[in-house]
Amino acid sequence: PTLYSANWMQFITTTIMAVEYDGGVVIGADSRTTTGAYIANRVTDKLTPIHDRIFCCRSGSAADTQAIADVVTYQLGFHSIELDEAPLVQTAANLFKASCYRYREELMAGIIVAGWDKRRGGQVYTVPVGGMLVRQPVSVGGSGSTYIYGYMDSNYKPNMTKDQCLRLVSGALSLAMERDGSSGGVVRLAAISETGVDRQVILGNQLPKWSTA
Amino acid sequence: MALSNVVETPASGFNFENVSRNVALEGLLEGGHTKAPKPMKTGTTIAGIVCKDGVVLGADTRATSGEVVADKMCAKIHYISPNMYCCGAGTAADTEKTTDLLSSNLTIFSMNSGRNPRVVMAVNILQDMLFRYRGQIGASLILGGVDCTGNHLYTVGPYGSIDNVPYLAMGSGDLAALGILEDRFKPNMELEEAKQLVRDAIHSGIMSDLGSGNNIDICVITKQGVDYIRPYQESEYKDKRQRRYKYRPGTTSILTEKIVPLELEVVQETVQRMDTA
Repeated sequence: PTLYSANWMQFITTTIMAVEYDGGVVIGADSRTTTGAYIANRVTDKLTPIHDRIFCCRSGSAADTQAIADVVTYQLGFHSIELDEAPLVQTAANLFKASCYRYREELMAGIIVAGWDKRRGGQVYTVPVGGMLVRQPVSVGGSGSTYIYGYMDSNYKPNMTKDQCLRLVSGALSLAMERDGSSGGVVRLAAISETGVDRQVILGNQLPKWSTA
Repeated sequence: MALSNVVETPASGFNFENVSRNVALEGLLEGGHTKAPKPMKTGTTIAGIVCKDGVVLGADTRATSGEVVADKMCAKIHYISPNMYCCGAGTAADTEKTTDLLSSNLTIFSMNSGRNPRVVMAVNILQDMLFRYRGQIGASLILGGVDCTGNHLYTVGPYGSIDNVPYLAMGSGDLAALGILEDRFKPNMELEEAKQLVRDAIHSGIMSDLGSGNNIDICVITKQGVDYIRPYQESEYKDKRQRRYKYRPGTTSILTEKIVPLELEVVQETVQRMDTA
């Protein structure tokens, strides 16, 4: 019998998002971790590096996603050393799926894997709760994602530039943070391409403003 | 994976043999007037901040068992290694044993490798253990320390999640303490200011939370060493004992005395030299 009820589990209730563009991906997340109604960490970094050009966006149970990310980082690192080559994003995504599907009854993890590799360029794979794996050009996740499906569907166009993607992601995240109580804090962005990873933080007062806000 | 031979835990893990016995006992006690004893929790306020010269940790000293104060001078800041200390909130036994285990394993690691343990290593070991036990170990820990890579402060939750932030508060009084920290924390504070801030945060937890109280302990960790100030400040509501409750020798009168010598005969004596070269 657990001494602590599920309320004590720390959740990354969140809004996470990833977009492909020609030459890389842009990923973004809010920064709130909650324990029940208390915000345990208001500056969480949910964009976790798995390899040099592969990141994952974490949502769900904080402990579960941290543990899975650690396991996959090890597996991918080992695989990359064996191959003597940079790993594929698809490989990383499949490793996530393998863990999330096998332990689906015990875990609560919704993960978006995104990165750049030499073979297919920028890619976004989503591994939601339950362990499905599917590649999408744009993907949103977390409790706040429901509020921005419309914004995403109407504003995403194929072949956008990196700056258009950054604006799309920061706009979508700020809308979700506005409406979803479980998302908030700052917006963390990362742009991954062949040249490297470019990380930024957009503070609360610098977020894009909307007319009803 | 050099750690695997150091961090060995017994294969059986938790022993659940007494669960059925406890359930039966509880059934017996339900009808009667006695209740089963509640586990001792440290309804607590613990806090930590990173300052310019190191890390300052603070804790109150009250341990509760239900509504009774079980220990008025409980030590909640546990030693991990010469450069790391860990505050624990939650079930007292769990925090005590978890930090003990961590400390032992890190000492073995230091001896094996000849290195001082780093804070990230301690955090990873804690996270690994707590995640493996899926929340059954009720320990919320604030781990702070100084190593060759800098001053670090981490929190580890009972389910095995970690957060790395410059200031933290945990325990039942964490909301009160965090209010003070959010208001007055600044990066790279001076040591004296940092100690005062942590003291104020714990004080706020003591005043606003029933589960926290009594005295305030402070632990300052810097590159030069550790200053464990226990207590940093005593409660102004300390009560004086009405009498002396120790009995002086002679209180109980001895009526008769009988001495029976045990007759022992030395049959064989062997001497084995220990090779201490």
